[in-house]
Amino acid sequence: MKLKQKKPRKKLTLNQRRKIQKSFALSFVFIVLAVMYVPILLIIVFSFTNTRSGRIGDWGGFSMQLYSNMLQNRELMGALGNTLMIAVLSALFATLLGTISAVGIHFLKRRVKAAAKTLNQIIVVNADIVTAVAFMLFFFVIGFRQFGYTTLILAHTMITMPFVILTVSPRLNQLNPSLYDAGLDLGAGPMRTLFKVILPQLIPAMIAAFAIAFTLSVDDFVVTKFNNGGASGLHTLSTYLYTSFKRPNVGQQLRALSSVIFILSFVVLLIINFRAKRKAKKARLPVVAPPTPTTTA
Amino acid sequence: MTQAAAVENKKTKKRRFTFKRHYFAFPYFFLSGLFIVIPLIILFVYAFRGADGGFTFSNFASFFTTPHVLRAMGNSLLIGFATTALCLALAYPVALILANSRFNKTMILVLMFVLPMYINSLLRTLAIKSLFDIMGIENNFWRITIAHVYDFFPFMLLPIYTVLVNMDKSYLEASNDLGGNTLKTWARVTLPLSVPGIVSGILMVFMPTVSMFAVRDIVINREEWPMFGNIIDGMFRTESMYGLGSAYAMILLVMVMVTMVVAGRVNAKRQREVQGK
Repeated sequence: MKLKQKKPRKKLTLNQRRKIQKSFALSFVFIVLAVMYVPILLIIVFSFTNTRSGRIGDWGGFSMQLYSNMLQNRELMGALGNTLMIAVLSALFATLLGTISAVGIHFLKRRVKAAAKTLNQIIVVNADIVTAVAFMLFFFVIGFRQFGYTTLILAHTMITMPFVILTVSPRLNQLNPSLYDAGLDLGAGPMRTLFKVILPQLIPAMIAAFAIAFTLSVDDFVVTKFNNGGASGLHTLSTYLYTSFKRPNVGQQLRALSSVIFILSFVVLLIINFRAKRKAKKARLPVVAPPTPTTTA
Repeated sequence: MTQAAAVENKKTKKRRFTFKRHYFAFPYFFLSGLFIVIPLIILFVYAFRGADGGFTFSNFASFFTTPHVLRAMGNSLLIGFATTALCLALAYPVALILANSRFNKTMILVLMFVLPMYINSLLRTLAIKSLFDIMGIENNFWRITIAHVYDFFPFMLLPIYTVLVNMDKSYLEASNDLGGNTLKTWARVTLPLSVPGIVSGILMVFMPTVSMFAVRDIVINREEWPMFGNIIDGMFRTESMYGLGSAYAMILLVMVMVTMVVAGRVNAKRQREVQGK
């Protein structure tokens, strides 16, 4: 708006130029952001219409019909329940196993440690579909045919554990190495020192790791699709969506479900971030960012 | 405990089993070996297994001789390149702006870009599909590509942003003092320093896009533009095709390894240049 008021005569002052630059830069960012959020907003808006709205864009009048239909859809609610159960259990296993592993790896000798870290990268960098079919073949070859909770929880634990290790390891490196020796000097055994001295300091990292493992498990489609026993097998939200989003009534109910999930995750993440922001202010990094695979192993 | 007693204690303990810290890594090696390495070995074995159960190279040969498989790989690569290029073209300027304290002083904008990562990606794909339908975007290639860009954008943005925001700002001041203008400073200082971020961004977008098939299945209605993932998915529906499917999966695995090696090389070279000068 300020740009309009003054027509530049000769040369803009440095200050003015900076203001113009800033408005251009920020409007670019806001346009990209808008494109990211428009589809989400569309879904939310068209979740408050009725079943006559065949597709998004057809407004059938305000109604909460889709929400009540969603709650009555047993398959959808079942898939949602499966998703949450598998995510909670596998994230729990992955966090516990991953943390213990990270501690063990931390104290390995250099060469073995490097090998362990490379091993850890396999799942992180591998294409999902390769991991998925490898799991499926493994269960097939050992003759385990009851694809369902067991296979999915096992597979999800294994695909999220590397991310737990990647989250916990940096924290271990930050710990004061003499703490362990102090524990031993004060008469605690190695086990007791680990559980009483080392582990308590890892709890914040473990919580973050659990959150990451949980999100990865909820978000997973490919590994679930190949290990859930096919179309008639156990469905999570992703696989249910994949097999039935074309059915008009399911498509409509998914709008309602998406809205609930969008709003819920936004609220939760905003709360977490603003709480943690004060602590992390110096780092200028988002607190809830999944670890990125390192390119140099 | 006195010192002497402690020494005594140590001596007697030597004979017994003592727990060492790194023993905690043993369950890890066991689990990873059993559930990660062995499945990959099985995949490798199956890739050389014919429909009759005998050893054969024909699974790999069929990749090069079956036109629709090659076409699917072509589609996947094309969409992978397009998605990566678009993501980079959009994410780099955004990261540059967000990391510049003159334009952006708070974390809120960055957070806004990260938040969608935490929503199920298929739900997000369904959302962008509805936008395509409203806007009347019919072209299959663009539908698939834009949907992937929409899904993977934060994965390109975040590594680049992280590198840029952690960059030592005194380099920029030095460049300014030495007479470099904004463009020159960017080309000679910022861009070379942001290479690691770009590389890991590309890694997180390119191969995942090439191996993805669910996004395509949601945004496209007909049988057009099959992707390589669709071919592998199809193979694992019938038991006699497991060998073929494994071979195709191995091809993807090799591609992943090649991209990792190339990325590692680029980073190492960049590092040597930065340190050398």
